[in-house]
Amino acid sequence: MAGLTGRMSTIVKAKVSKVLDRAEDPAETLDYSYSKQLELLQNVKKGIADVVTSKKRLQLQEAQMQQQVVKLDTQARQALAANREDLARVALERKQSVQTELQSMDSQIAELEAQQQKLIDSEAAMRAKLEAFRTKKEVIKAQYSAAEAQVRISEAATGVGEQMADVGLAMQRALDKTENMKARAAAVGELEDSGTFDDLTQLGPGKDDIDRQLEAIGAGGAVDDELSKMKAELGAGGASAPAAIEASTGATTAPAEADAAPGEEAGGSGDTP
Amino acid sequence: MIVRIFSDGQYRIPADAQARLHELDIATVNAIDAGDEASFSSSYKALVELIHTNGERLADEELEPSDLMLPPADITLEEAREEFTGEGLLPD
Repeated sequence: MAGLTGRMSTIVKAKVSKVLDRAEDPAETLDYSYSKQLELLQNVKKGIADVVTSKKRLQLQEAQMQQQVVKLDTQARQALAANREDLARVALERKQSVQTELQSMDSQIAELEAQQQKLIDSEAAMRAKLEAFRTKKEVIKAQYSAAEAQVRISEAATGVGEQMADVGLAMQRALDKTENMKARAAAVGELEDSGTFDDLTQLGPGKDDIDRQLEAIGAGGAVDDELSKMKAELGAGGASAPAAIEASTGATTAPAEADAAPGEEAGGSGDTP
Repeated sequence: MIVRIFSDGQYRIPADAQARLHELDIATVNAIDAGDEASFSSSYKALVELIHTNGERLADEELEPSDLMLPPADITLEEAREEFTGEGLLPD
């Protein structure tokens, strides 16, 4: 048959007989086939553990990305409140790309979970087959002298070899998928890091360039506040400046504030963040 | 005839379903050759369904060699194409 099924069968049979041909006599074929299968079962267990580990890592990364979305949203609001629409735009653009990545990550994690479940099922089926094979193997070995033993051995070994190939492929696909996702996760990590453009070294932990610019706005506002407060003090002082200085040595700001209270500018600047 | 679907299991298929199975198999290969994703997934899905509805699933204790083998039901066109080139899908 020239179809896909025929092609698949030919390849699998070739691989199985390649494995089985290594043994010299039929009894040896059975033992060899059994030990190969045991080995593969161990690999499957390890493969499942690898998939679970990768999945957990991705889930952790997903949680971090969700926090990143919240943070970028807050930053955008802060930037807007400070009349920095440009900065707000940058924050929202980043938020968009993190969200897009999050969505595809969701479906990838779900897919990985399905692969993991399939592997667990394969492992269980394989263990059942292996047990059946072990029993059958001893029966066949005991009947070795019988004329049909040769046929039965090759049948049993081929059947079990197919199962090996089957589980082997399932494992290969699950591991490929895991590798794929690790690469994607690394790409997402780079995206997050790009939040720190040029001055990475000057930023504190967990701060990016948007944080820094927002802080600069905050610092600028504080300087303005202080400046206007100072201006108000100086304006209200006028002729009685020495008295104000004398009083301020006792209580630094209280007299100045009392003096400035009627002035709208000083009162207003106190409320401005 | 015994058919194995990878990542699924083995099925005993009655003789009267075999002609249809062959037809769908050829349709699948034609879709792979044409690189037609939609036609590939519909014909391969139909092939797997035919086996599920007409076949009788073999128990875990049975160790029969299969007459035909099919790749996993969720195989992609790209993976199917690999099956026809070089080493094929199976790991060593």
